[in-house]
Amino acid sequence: MKKIVSMSALLMLFSFAGASMPALADAADIVIDGAWARASIGMNRPGAAYMTIRNTGTEPVTLIGLSTPLAMMPAIHETRTSTEGVSSMTPTDEIAIAPGESVALEPGGLHAMLMQLQEPMTEGETFPLTLVFEDGVEATVEVPILGFAARGPED
Amino acid sequence: MKRTRFLGYGTAAVAAVGMMLFVGWWQVDGPGAPEPMGQRPIPLTEMAFSLTDHEGNAVGPEALLGSPTMAFFGFTYCPDVCPTTLSDISDWLDALGNEADPLNVIFITVDPERDTVAAMAEYVSYFHPAIRGWTGPEEQIARAAEGFRAVFERVPTDSGDYTMNHTASVFLFNAEGQFVTTIDYHEAREFALPKIRRALQQEMEETT
Repeated sequence: MKKIVSMSALLMLFSFAGASMPALADAADIVIDGAWARASIGMNRPGAAYMTIRNTGTEPVTLIGLSTPLAMMPAIHETRTSTEGVSSMTPTDEIAIAPGESVALEPGGLHAMLMQLQEPMTEGETFPLTLVFEDGVEATVEVPILGFAARGPED
Repeated sequence: MKRTRFLGYGTAAVAAVGMMLFVGWWQVDGPGAPEPMGQRPIPLTEMAFSLTDHEGNAVGPEALLGSPTMAFFGFTYCPDVCPTTLSDISDWLDALGNEADPLNVIFITVDPERDTVAAMAEYVSYFHPAIRGWTGPEEQIARAAEGFRAVFERVPTDSGDYTMNHTASVFLFNAEGQFVTTIDYHEAREFALPKIRRALQQEMEETT
């Protein structure tokens, strides 16, 4: 948790420093809050991570991918539940975030799906997750791993 | 002459309208109506399937009669919906405390290929101890799903694996096996608890 706070503070500092810079969005404009993931059972099952991504800049940003040493195939997925109560999950190619807007990755909606884990996700540990945006901008967050039955970062 | 022809047209028009109405009724409300998607599950007493619980016991719908039941379909390789729902269920059970003691709580896998008895045992151990995991041959799971009017479908993923689309609602039955209601996916606790109490209450009324 502490790591995240300092990360946000650092990002905020950068965004002040870069306030006078025009045009292209940069990592300083991207603030990631409340990141968390559930512990996994072994390495066979995919994991999921959640967070809120805020664009504090003046230019739109588009999230196009993820990378992490934890998983070979991390990807943004979206769970949809139909009016008949049937849930399905589909990959989301890109997520555009307008200036001043945020996108929530939360249970039952968008989530960072962590396929092909390289090691088990152990409660109490953290892992780095890099969000890759269009124009090569990247933002890395240290994601705390909560309990297997965690419902959110407040647990 | 003119009048009778007119009358003839009139009769034909009335007949045509009548026919249209009849056809419309037949297709929408009558015997020709399509099976509605959101159909209610049939009573547990009318279901027939045999599965194995996470401790290796033979189980089926008859094992649930006599106590109210909360049931959910999912699979253990599900990264988002299933752990969320099982955490929600655990939270509701914690909130109900002893009140929930008579409740059967079952998690039926729709992915028996990966969800063996051992896999189910390990998975349910992470959640509330009242939750029982049921698995078995795919055709038996299909029969169970049919009774609950739940659906599931295997979908390949780009990683070369597969995932399952499935009904994510939580089903509630009373002690006699009659369907009471469903709790929608991720429904707030303040709506879920009264529904569970309704299933429990019906048991109380029957025993008193």
